[in-house]
Amino acid sequence: MSTSDIPHRGGDAALINASIAELRAGLAAGEYTANDLSAAFAARIETIDPSLNSLVSRVEPVEPASETGRLAGIPYVHKDIFCAKGTRTTCGSRMLADWVAPYDSTVHERLTRSGAVLLGKANMDEFAMGSSNENSHFGAVANPWDTNAVPGGSSGGSAAAVAARLVPFATGTDTGGSIRQPAAFCGVTGIKPTYGRVSRYGMIAYASSFDQGGVIAKSAEDCATVLGEMAGFDERDSTSADREVPDYAATLNDSIAGLRVGIPRQWFSEALDPAVGDAVTAAIDELRAAGAETVEIDLPDADIALAAYYLLAPAEASSNLSRFDGVRFGYRCEDPKDLQDLYERSRSEGFGAEVKRRILVGTYALSAGYYDAFYRRAQKARRLVTDHFQRAFEQCDVIAGPVTPTPAFDRGAHSDDPAKMYLEDIFTIPVNLAGLPGMSVPAGFVAGRPVGLQLIGRHFDEARLLNVAHQYQQRVDWHTRMPSLGGDSSNH
Amino acid sequence: MSDYVIPSGWEAVIGLEIHAQLATRSKIFSGASTAFGAEPNAQACAVDLGLPGVLPVLNEGAVRMASLFGLAIDAEISRVSSFDRKNYFYPDLPKGYQTTQLARPIVVGGQVTITTGEGKQAREHTINVTRAHLEEDAGKSLHEDFHGMTGIDLNRAGTPLIEIVSEPDMRTPEQAVAYARKIHAIVQYLGICDGNMQEGSFRVDANVSVRPEGETAFGTRAEIKNVNSFRFLQRAIEFEIERQVDLLETGGEVVQCTRLYDPDRDETRLMRTKEDADDYRYFPCPDLLPVVLDEATIKSWRAQLPELPDAKAGRYQSEYGLSAYDAGVLTASRATAEYFEAVIARDGADPKLAANWVMGEVAALLNRLELEIGDCPVPADKLADLLERIGDGTLSNKLGREVFEALAEEGGSVDAIIEARGLKQISDTGAIEAMVDEVIAANPGQVEAYRGGKDKLFGFFVGQVMKAAKGKANPQAVNEVLKRRLDGD
Repeated sequence: MSTSDIPHRGGDAALINASIAELRAGLAAGEYTANDLSAAFAARIETIDPSLNSLVSRVEPVEPASETGRLAGIPYVHKDIFCAKGTRTTCGSRMLADWVAPYDSTVHERLTRSGAVLLGKANMDEFAMGSSNENSHFGAVANPWDTNAVPGGSSGGSAAAVAARLVPFATGTDTGGSIRQPAAFCGVTGIKPTYGRVSRYGMIAYASSFDQGGVIAKSAEDCATVLGEMAGFDERDSTSADREVPDYAATLNDSIAGLRVGIPRQWFSEALDPAVGDAVTAAIDELRAAGAETVEIDLPDADIALAAYYLLAPAEASSNLSRFDGVRFGYRCEDPKDLQDLYERSRSEGFGAEVKRRILVGTYALSAGYYDAFYRRAQKARRLVTDHFQRAFEQCDVIAGPVTPTPAFDRGAHSDDPAKMYLEDIFTIPVNLAGLPGMSVPAGFVAGRPVGLQLIGRHFDEARLLNVAHQYQQRVDWHTRMPSLGGDSSNH
Repeated sequence: MSDYVIPSGWEAVIGLEIHAQLATRSKIFSGASTAFGAEPNAQACAVDLGLPGVLPVLNEGAVRMASLFGLAIDAEISRVSSFDRKNYFYPDLPKGYQTTQLARPIVVGGQVTITTGEGKQAREHTINVTRAHLEEDAGKSLHEDFHGMTGIDLNRAGTPLIEIVSEPDMRTPEQAVAYARKIHAIVQYLGICDGNMQEGSFRVDANVSVRPEGETAFGTRAEIKNVNSFRFLQRAIEFEIERQVDLLETGGEVVQCTRLYDPDRDETRLMRTKEDADDYRYFPCPDLLPVVLDEATIKSWRAQLPELPDAKAGRYQSEYGLSAYDAGVLTASRATAEYFEAVIARDGADPKLAANWVMGEVAALLNRLELEIGDCPVPADKLADLLERIGDGTLSNKLGREVFEALAEEGGSVDAIIEARGLKQISDTGAIEAMVDEVIAANPGQVEAYRGGKDKLFGFFVGQVMKAAKGKANPQAVNEVLKRRLDGD
């Protein structure tokens, strides 16, 4: 079966590029059924994904659990970090290569209740550690815009799948930029909500005080719809926020006239690729053209934030990943000769290089005699970064800047230099340290590779971020561009 | 009571760490049941198994119970406490870390009063508590029946604990046992722990060091684990003091270490030294928010405190006229106090008589049968019936003991036993007078000697009358009648 079997207006391109609202309208009008839709996207996955490797597992679509929910009949994929009962949930690791989740994450439960239809589990950097999706046990993911380029990470599979129009949306998680950076590299729209906005229950932990689930979709409007369904208090996650979820769609069309947009002057330095800087500046000009005012602000400590993050996140990870010991679930080495051997070989063989590197760093940072010099100082730096954001938000309502210093780099470019790879996250990590909401919005191309505009808001100000992003997307068409793909006849 | 004496010239310094399992229905961070004895792993949910993606949610009941303990020992209840992770690998520790409270425990400070010795030798000591914190229990490793492999049972994993850490305030094994017993009594009075040491609900580790008398610096300590009865606690500390003194007196050195008490061999064995101790890499648990308690909550918990052992013992003395020692014994466990109070709840009950019976016959019976008072074959209401019959003169103490034995062996009602066995005491003055007259008539020589001044012969006459009455005569009545008849009125 192919998408052309489906009767609908405008042909295949219109269907795969349709917004969630348009797909819902098509379903409501009886132009196609939910089964038609999931079959069409499943067929597209079948054709195109072999060249991308954006999915680790396919999931047989089921009837939507709701006919009236806001996502009723809408296909999607999960980043393979979200537990969905009965699905293999690998976290991109050999450690969990055969692990079938026996329970549902809260995010999965909510999307299911809303009628969304799961088609697969997306590839990712192992345990969400990475910025290129090269750290996956299931192989690297190609950037749909240029198969030599990385899609970004760690939610690289999710971003690539949405960019290639394999699904209308995908879930992602963002610990240091893992939604925003791949969204920027793949030319799609991604939102990392405020820490605590989306439940972490059933989302395999990397660094618990940073991890936050979110959405990657084609547009801010679609992100608003999906986030509204995912977000909200969950008594199973003590760190989830007990506050009401606004109707994000309701404020998308509000005018942004008079909005104060803060521009962090330190982010437009020699570290930023000038071409990326130009694209971002042009995007900010559009916001100004829409009536926003810009104001220069100071965020002087991106480098401190980076250093703090690469101590704190590995420290938490070293503890979170202790449960993968070969005893109860996951990978176990062959013929362990004793307990110590079981631990050592199961973990040595089950984890990849980057995961082991961060476990070692984290273990070191927490060790007796080093705790004060590393962990405690990094916590202080975290507070400092948070304070600077707070001060900045006294002058502005949102912050706008680059997502990454460069466009997507070539596969293998940073493989030998983890420190250089870590620099990819320099503009995204501060946001995670402060627990703020952040978005990546397509803002043009540099040498055929997409560039993103980052928008950062106050705590729980997702509605305003989505509003600003949507207003921007009313004025530009970057987010509607679609890569041409081998095996994809509809786009030629 | 042990007769142990610390080697002369030496002083022991002892501190205890007590783990008490809290009697919540569900676990500290999950909804799974905490009941003991289920099939292995039947009571371990996704959270207890540490499956990928699960998160802990704090059981507020555990917070309340830990706070009640703090209030009971007059400690400070932290308005803000928080959880940390203690990282180490062990098969029965599913997450690879234990969630505990290191930096900010829920209970800070506090003290209990203990008494050692009896009568004139009785001494009171105040033992200070450093802290008590909330944490989760680990599972159990099962080494039998697995053909060289180890089985893991995670039913216990996640059971809430408070770890109660004392200051090194104890100087003798006897004091350490008295302190452990007092904490044991308090948690049971509060209803926050069942106190079952065999099932591991109440576990004691002892830190023991020795130093020459007069020395103020502490010696190097050893921590003794795996002590699951008060008797073993006494023995383990005694052994450890002897071991350390022997080492030091022979020019050796005590090495800081963890030791296991082996009750079969009555010795402590080296488990690990400080050199190979784990670095636990504590850090704040990012999955749990700090526990914040407001004044109103703490006030309402304070109002829930029951009468505690010391207060109860004081009341027994002032209200019932019991001795300090008796009051201490009767209040030493909640179950004993409850039994005693149930006995004296009867109208017209004599608390002193009841105290003697509970501490005498009842204690002896339980000791003989190796039973706890909660399982006493003579329930409190039956003992109350029995004491009522002693009070109204139906039974003598001696006959009462016979009825008590019958109750213990066969059960049934007190009156039915008295009836069936014909144990009724003869209090009828006419019948006693007749027996007295017979005895006097049958022993003219003794009567003459008595009347001539041999007072001691009175006992002979009592014995003769009791013999005639087959022991059932009311002794008081026999005395009165004999006196009247012999002394002439």
